[in-house]
Amino acid sequence: MTAPKTLYDKIWDAHVAHEAEDGTCLLYIDRHLVHEVTSPQAFEGLRMAHRPVHAPDKTIAVPDHNVPTTLDRANAATMTEDSRIQVEALDKNAKDFGINYYPVSDVRQGIVHIVGPEQGWTLPGMTVVCGDSHTATHGAFGALAHGIGTSEVEHVLATQTLIQRKGKNMKVEITGKLRPGVTAKDITLSVIGATGTAGGTGYVIEYCGEAIRDLSMEGRMTVCNMAIEGGARAGLIAPDEKTFAYCMGRPHAPKGAQWEAAVAYWKTLFTDEGAHFDKVLTLKGEDIAPVVTWGTSPEDVLPITEVVPAPGSFKGGKVEAAQRALDYMGLEAGQKLTDIKIDTVFIGSCTNGRIEDFRAAAAILKGKKIKDGMRAMVVPGSGLVRAQAEEEGLAQIFIDAGFEWRLAGCSMCLAMNPDQLAPGERCAATSNRNFEGRQGRGGRTHLMSPAMAAAAAITGHLTDVREMM
Amino acid sequence: MDKFEKLTGIAAPMPLVNIDTDMIIPKQFLKTIKRSGLGVNLFDEMRYNQDGSEIESFVLNKPAYRNAEIIVAGENFGCGSSREHAPWALLDFGIRCVISTSFADIFFNNCFKNGILPIVMPQEVVDVLMSDANKGANARMTIDLENQTVTTSDGQSFAFEVDAFKKHCLLNGLDDIGLTLEKVASIKTYEADMNAQRPWV
Repeated sequence: MTAPKTLYDKIWDAHVAHEAEDGTCLLYIDRHLVHEVTSPQAFEGLRMAHRPVHAPDKTIAVPDHNVPTTLDRANAATMTEDSRIQVEALDKNAKDFGINYYPVSDVRQGIVHIVGPEQGWTLPGMTVVCGDSHTATHGAFGALAHGIGTSEVEHVLATQTLIQRKGKNMKVEITGKLRPGVTAKDITLSVIGATGTAGGTGYVIEYCGEAIRDLSMEGRMTVCNMAIEGGARAGLIAPDEKTFAYCMGRPHAPKGAQWEAAVAYWKTLFTDEGAHFDKVLTLKGEDIAPVVTWGTSPEDVLPITEVVPAPGSFKGGKVEAAQRALDYMGLEAGQKLTDIKIDTVFIGSCTNGRIEDFRAAAAILKGKKIKDGMRAMVVPGSGLVRAQAEEEGLAQIFIDAGFEWRLAGCSMCLAMNPDQLAPGERCAATSNRNFEGRQGRGGRTHLMSPAMAAAAAITGHLTDVREMM
Repeated sequence: MDKFEKLTGIAAPMPLVNIDTDMIIPKQFLKTIKRSGLGVNLFDEMRYNQDGSEIESFVLNKPAYRNAEIIVAGENFGCGSSREHAPWALLDFGIRCVISTSFADIFFNNCFKNGILPIVMPQEVVDVLMSDANKGANARMTIDLENQTVTTSDGQSFAFEVDAFKKHCLLNGLDDIGLTLEKVASIKTYEADMNAQRPWV
């Protein structure tokens, strides 16, 4: 009898193409997602060494990080020259190396982590990598998915493998039910608040428990997306009927007899009874509140009903970091979080740019207007999300409320395109990072769920969405 | 990739925790299609004012540390984005070694691919190295990869752990891709097996 295995153990074992005596493995990669910012140097490396892409049929590219999201973007002049050079380089590299490609002009274009699942490239049990730390998103399907650097992008392009050592297993269980107004974003931020941004370093997290099982695929993607903000390269959720239903019929999902065989295999992808986890965190679903971040690290998270903490309440190096965060954020210890005024609202990103996120925000915004003077934008995660939101009437709700309704891209999550905060501008954002300068030099970011961001847009300050439900 | 064998150089103290890759190299500098030239923008927003003038109090702007080759940092150095531009910027500035109690995984890996040695040390050792780094330019630390030791300016020596394969690659400046392609037969065998077992992949 073999020892019980975790889900991570099973996927890992199924992908070791070679193991050296010292335990260093070549991990086979089933899907390699590529975008314009972290790939040019990798393709250049291949050219210089006269190497082809090993498996172009398993390589999928889409420009997302610095494409404009304004409606006039078909006009190349809307892009700065350096951004245009990167996008054109990806156009050329995709063509020269014969990989799958969704150019800016394609309705299927969008953020790479939204396009992958949407097109059925991401499937349970796969290994998925991308030169982007939020590749963890794909773990929602029970795929082992993580970010890599550009040297590793080149390595995967050339060999379809990564040189890896196995990580440790961590279990994050969310028991019971979530209360009304609490979402997947509140779960994932609360977990980071509990572990700290380095709590998952060296681990692959498996999220489980009733509250996780109850989430839609969109919600599960939000949870796994931010595994990296807790330090874990990858987050995983075991596939179930919801996963299979989401995958069925997608353009690159298997069909017919292959579908049946695939589902039979996917049903074996769960953690065995008694399997060993090196670290365990359990949170009660009912204890999780709608949360916001107050500082400049995703671990700086508190329920919306709290006050800004005093730096002296922390320990070690965090005291200095918290003081620096308060100075940067322009906040005072003891200030109520709901008293923090907001200039801008950004709804979108690979964390919260899917249809369910827009439904949640639109439910709060329906028939209401955003605060006078508020700058607010919704940026769909893909052209298909945009089309669906228009069909469901969500786009009109955003527009009527006073939001800009944009084209798909990463946009103000990392502000590589023109969507940026000015110094001192304060933003309620559904994205994943509140680092200094992340949304623009001097910009101040508060992370939260789409419903909470919508509530802040209406009142002009951080708001407990439960009061608006 | 340049070899890393032994390095004696100035160490700059950066005790702040959670120094993320957005701090190391802000996104406006990711629009390059080259690996070189990023050193001037290393820690850009901590290092320069809006008008481009230097912020005097920032450690790498102080005369003693302008030629630093080592950084002693607070915990969780390199967290956040996977951007390899972070180690490229460090390397272009001249940093060949970073010492901390912990590093983010992706950054840690990216360093080794670029001839930078990240060293994990326990808190009490980092505290000693941090005070040594605080002595300025006259205090030079020595990193000996072969023997896996860090030696302070006053001769205190501390051993560190490093993955044997990564050490081998760094000592010899080896290209990972070349090494992996020597195992292409294993990869092809794996692919043939998987085509039979999981043809939908």
